[in-house]
Amino acid sequence: MLGWELPPYNSGGLGVACFNMCKALASRGADINFIVPYTADHSHIDFMKVTSAVPADSTQVMSAGMAYESFKFTDKDGNTEYVSLADYHKVYEKAIDNIATAEEYDVIHAHDWLTIRAGIRAKQITGLPLIVQIHATEYDRSGGKSGNSLVSEIEYLGMMLADKIIAVSQLTKDVIIEQYNIPADKIDVIHNSFDVDIYDSVVGENSFKYLRVMRESGYKVVMNVGRITVQKGLYNLVQAMKLVVDARPKTILLFVGSGEQELELLELAAELGLGTNVIFAGFQRGKIWRDMFEVSDIFVMPSVSEPFGLTALEAAAYGVATLVSRQSGVAEVLRSALKIDYWDINEIANQITTVLNNQALQDQLVLDGYSEVSRMSWDHTAQKLLSLYDRHAIGARA
Amino acid sequence: MSVDKKRAIVLYLHVHQPFRIRHYTIFDAGNKHDYFDTHEGDRTNNGDIVKKVAKKSYIPTNERLLKMLHDNPEFKLSMSITGTVIEQFEKYAPEVLDSFKKVIDTGRVEIVAETYHHSLAFFYSRSEFEAQVKMHKDKIESLFGVTPTAFRNTELSYNNDIGYWADQAGYKVVLSEGWDPVLGWRSPNYVYKPAYTNNIKLLTKNYKLSDDIAFRFSNRSWQEYPLTTSKFMDWTNSSWDQPLINLFMDYETFGEHQWEDSGIFDFLEDLPKAWLKNSEHTFMTVTEAATSFDAVDELDMPNTVTWADTERDLTAWLGNKMQQSSINALYSLESAVHESQDLSIIDDWRKLQTSDHFYYMCTKWWSDGDVHAYFSPYESPYLAYMNFMNTFHDIKYRLTVKGIEV
Repeated sequence: MLGWELPPYNSGGLGVACFNMCKALASRGADINFIVPYTADHSHIDFMKVTSAVPADSTQVMSAGMAYESFKFTDKDGNTEYVSLADYHKVYEKAIDNIATAEEYDVIHAHDWLTIRAGIRAKQITGLPLIVQIHATEYDRSGGKSGNSLVSEIEYLGMMLADKIIAVSQLTKDVIIEQYNIPADKIDVIHNSFDVDIYDSVVGENSFKYLRVMRESGYKVVMNVGRITVQKGLYNLVQAMKLVVDARPKTILLFVGSGEQELELLELAAELGLGTNVIFAGFQRGKIWRDMFEVSDIFVMPSVSEPFGLTALEAAAYGVATLVSRQSGVAEVLRSALKIDYWDINEIANQITTVLNNQALQDQLVLDGYSEVSRMSWDHTAQKLLSLYDRHAIGARA
Repeated sequence: MSVDKKRAIVLYLHVHQPFRIRHYTIFDAGNKHDYFDTHEGDRTNNGDIVKKVAKKSYIPTNERLLKMLHDNPEFKLSMSITGTVIEQFEKYAPEVLDSFKKVIDTGRVEIVAETYHHSLAFFYSRSEFEAQVKMHKDKIESLFGVTPTAFRNTELSYNNDIGYWADQAGYKVVLSEGWDPVLGWRSPNYVYKPAYTNNIKLLTKNYKLSDDIAFRFSNRSWQEYPLTTSKFMDWTNSSWDQPLINLFMDYETFGEHQWEDSGIFDFLEDLPKAWLKNSEHTFMTVTEAATSFDAVDELDMPNTVTWADTERDLTAWLGNKMQQSSINALYSLESAVHESQDLSIIDDWRKLQTSDHFYYMCTKWWSDGDVHAYFSPYESPYLAYMNFMNTFHDIKYRLTVKGIEV
């Protein structure tokens, strides 16, 4: 399996999805070699083999900061070199040769554009079926615009050459059909999933002391988590917050994450007079990550284009009411999430305000959301993947 | 049973439409009070809906009923028509009201009493409940010139208190669901006496035979599909020694819940013909049935039974926190609303009591079937609740600006 990241070296949902998916596949007996394009200690992962695909002469490859930026190479003489993300997928491709021939495999499963060239290379070398799973397209990442044409070209090539494409939602499948002209029957939708029991419970004193105190005095907290980028529709959320705060002054919007749009949103919040109502907590993981759910009343994900949106399931699991855009994959599987269109600022504001003003509604959303996610399991996803592998592995040999 | 009496089918149809709340936001509250009006084409447009149902159900069904009354001198039926649907006929489809008048003017249709607003007021405010029953009675008298002698509470909800109340109010019969766990070994095909009453009788719905028509008629995966009148007659024969077959159902069964192409209208029209082939058979209205036969037993029903879902209780309306909190909030305004003496506030407040609003908030259908989903104009029960609560906040606002403490 060709991946990009695994926790704790992940920047977003892709790593989390791959990790849980592989774990569920492994417990159904799948033997996985998971390839990552960097060197790191993944010894805590015991259910599959994790292999670093790095150029022969480098001793260490690290993500230079956040993923989706650049990588830092260190060679055997200690020299360092930075390679931009845009070029890195080529490096990954070169490094795959040895790995592809070192063992016998049944199927190649590649995740997203960064691994696609490596996936195609592996298919060329081994003749095995290539399954490309799309967690996000360039169209999604650029907020519904064309984005980087080089990237969309690689995506297109990979999807054309793939034996099967997996989309993480119907929404993503539609994007692939409409934006990439890929025939519908080549694409299967296999939704991401969730296992409540593998999530850590919130323990100890909450890191968000300030928010805790504010809540005691009647404030309610609206949260958003993820990269702060145009794809996420956050400009609209801040504008909606203006209406919410006008109707319900004791409301705080908490952003957890970082990204290029952060300053723009800060400025917008200040302009709208929301300086004290909008809080940026930066990129977080671990305890702080869990704590943010505990101090929040409603999770809002107004994404312009969100192929899935695993964090919504996580929010539901941590007992937070959820509001997601209809332009998200998770809207297809979480019935008890409130749904809005990302452009409908008035309705976003209406629903947030109405939830915060009506405890019974908030309680009901929490109750139904938890009961829904607790019925989900990555094992369902794994079963679908295995049967898809079977179909293609047999087909390829026939 | 009295041996000299014929066996009777007691057909009772319930006619109702609520005033659906439009998409009403927190930003509308305090600004607009047009809760029940929205643009054409919207899923909550009441005029659109009543016109659609008129075309599919009310007009063609009344035509068939008239024909059946004409062709079969022994055919009779009972109906209840809520105040909220009558208002909508008056406003959006007056021709429907005329068609009901024609049917009722035959003198062979008994009109059953209920609350004007199809509300659950009985369980929250006795005085409000009585006011709504009186409003309904007045409306029926002025419109159709008849005075009801039978009573049914909203959603066919029934318990001993309702039986007692209806007895005190002078009704001759009250209707309920014939639910096995309550009836026990008894059959729904007899007349009963409600516990703790003196004069009134109780008729119980034969839900198996009623639901064969109302719910299963067009279901192709039902093993009895398609249902014919001759098959239906065979089923009625299994209780040949019992006096009544109480077929109680929504009027909208004909043409709206079961579409015309399922053959439901032909089934309806053929029903009296098939039944009356046997000269020992007849039709009765509900009061006629209750007064023609003696009660065979007393029925003690301390718990409320309704005609909904497999639970046959009120949980479809009052089962979750949203439903409970919104209905409690609504009735908490009662004295303030009356104090205002503002007829438009009183009217809006009463329209919000219609049970459908709470039904739309039901979350049971997440797991058990789609019956509720079919009847809801909202995307989710949460949105139904939001619209309702924002409307509630506006009523509160209107009272507050009048200087009334709420």
